[in-house]
Amino acid sequence: MSEISIPESLRDLEPVQSIRTPIRMEYTYTPGVAAQAYLKSFADKKILGGVSPVDGAVFVPPRGVDPRHGVATTDYVELAHTGHVGSYCVTKVPIPGRDDLTLPYISAWIFLDGANIGFLSLVGDIDPADCRIGLRVEAVWKDDDELGKTAENIRWWRPTGEPDVPFERAGVRSWQDGGPRA
Amino acid sequence: MRDVAVVSTATRQEPKMLDTEPELMIPLINDARDAVGLTQADIGFTCSGSSDFLAGQAFSFVMTLDAVGPVPPIAESHVEMDGAWALYEAWVKLQIGEVDTALVYSYGKPSPGSLRDVLSTQLDPYHLAPLWPDAFALAGLQARNMLDSGVTTTDELGAVAERAGKVSTMDEYLAQPMLADPLRAADCPSSADGGVAVVLAAGDRANELTDRPAWITGIDHRIDAHHLGVRDLTRAPSAALAAEKAGVGTDKVDRAELHSAFTTHDVILRRDLGLGDEVEYSPEGGALTADTMMASGLLRIAAAADAIALGTADRAVAHAAAGPLLQQNLVCVLEGA
Repeated sequence: MSEISIPESLRDLEPVQSIRTPIRMEYTYTPGVAAQAYLKSFADKKILGGVSPVDGAVFVPPRGVDPRHGVATTDYVELAHTGHVGSYCVTKVPIPGRDDLTLPYISAWIFLDGANIGFLSLVGDIDPADCRIGLRVEAVWKDDDELGKTAENIRWWRPTGEPDVPFERAGVRSWQDGGPRA
Repeated sequence: MRDVAVVSTATRQEPKMLDTEPELMIPLINDARDAVGLTQADIGFTCSGSSDFLAGQAFSFVMTLDAVGPVPPIAESHVEMDGAWALYEAWVKLQIGEVDTALVYSYGKPSPGSLRDVLSTQLDPYHLAPLWPDAFALAGLQARNMLDSGVTTTDELGAVAERAGKVSTMDEYLAQPMLADPLRAADCPSSADGGVAVVLAAGDRANELTDRPAWITGIDHRIDAHHLGVRDLTRAPSAALAAEKAGVGTDKVDRAELHSAFTTHDVILRRDLGLGDEVEYSPEGGALTADTMMASGLLRIAAAADAIALGTADRAVAHAAAGPLLQQNLVCVLEGA
C-alpha cells in the first residue's frame, strides 16, 4: 500500500467519517387492472376474488394472475363476508405510525368462505388468549358514509360464534400437493 | 461452444401503461412460449432483468414471477440489469450444457416516476449523486465534449434524429428548442413502458422449434470506469472491446440494433463498433423513439432476432447499454443458418 499524502492545508482537519446524502423520489403508483376492480368494489362493500381459468381456484386479493400457472385471471367472483382464521399472531409491541392499534392486537390470515388463499387482516372483539386456528369470523365494516375504495373499509374481523373449522382443514391445511385446489 | 439461438420473441412498448408488471408480462411470456409450443415445464432455465428503483418497490421482480408460473418450482434467476444481461446469464447456463432451453424476459415502467432523476441514483454516491445531475444534463455534458472536440457535428446528430424518425427534416431539427444544451428534444430518448420475452434453445432443439433460428455466434460484455471524470466521454472503449470479442468485424453486417438512447450515443457506437453506412439501423426507430429502461437492450436483441427469423437479415448486431453514458456495453451477433 502506498502512503496517502494529504495537502498541508487539510492535514490538521478532522477526517470525514461519514456523509449524509438525503434521497427522495416520488412515484405515481397505478394498482393495475385486477387491483383496481378489487378496490373499486370495496366502496360498494363487495370483496372480489380472481378465478383461475385452470381449475377455478379463487385468489383474494386478485392480482390478475393465477401465480401457480402464470395465466391471467379475468373472471371475478364476489366472496362472502365470513371466513376463518388460518393462522394468527398476537403482537405486544407498538408499530411506528400505527397509533390506531391498541396493544395487544391480533393479525391473522383470514380465509374467506369460497377463497383458496388467505389474506392478512386484524381480528378484534376477542381476548387474544381465546383466538385460535379455525375460529369462524365475520367482517366488521366501517359506517356506510366512511366507505372508500380501500380494504381499510373493514375495521377487523370478529368471532361469529359458529363451531370452529377443524384444525386439519383450517387455512393452508386444506391444500394438496403444496398449493390451493379449487 | 454449444450453438445457441433465439427461437421466439414477444414485445410490447407504449408511452404509459396502467397494467402492473405481472399483468404486462403474462401475455408476452405466454406468447413467446406458445410460438414454439413450449410450456414452462419444458423450459430449463428462466432469467429476468428489472429494477426495483423503477417500480418503487422492493423485490418487485419476485411478484413478476407470478406471470411465469413457477409452480412446481423452476430453476430461476434475476439480474438487476437490462434483460440483455439476463440473456447473457441464460446463454452461459446453456453453454454449461445442463439445459437446452431458456426463457429470458425483462420489463420496465419508467412512467410512475421521474426517470431522469431516478437515474441519478446509479451515480457515485459521494461525489456525483448528491448533486442530482439528471440523465439529460449528463448527456448534454457528453454532447458538448463531442461537439467541441470535433467527434461529431450538429449536422450529424440531426441526421441521426431524422433517421430515427424523431424529426422529418433537418430544418425541423434545428428549429427545436434546446432540452439540455447542446442537446435538442430530438436528440433525447422518449421513454416508454414495456416488456420483452424471448426463448433460447441450444443445438438441435433450436432447429426442432423453429425453421430459422437466430444463432448467437458471438456475445460479450465489458465495462468502463464508473466515475465519469476518469472517462473520455467521446468514446466507449468497452463497447469497442465487446464488439471485437463478439466478432462484429469478421463479416458484413446487414442490420444493427443499437441501444443508442441519445443521438450522440449512436455516433459513438457506430464508430466504436466499426459499423458503416451500408448497415440498416433500427428501421422501427429504436431506443431513441421508445426507450424502456431495463428492457431496451433485450428489445434490441429481439428486434435483431426477428430480422433474422423473417429473413430480412442474415447477420445482425444487437447492442445493450447500462450505467451512465454508455458505461457498460453488451454486443451480440446473430446469424441465420
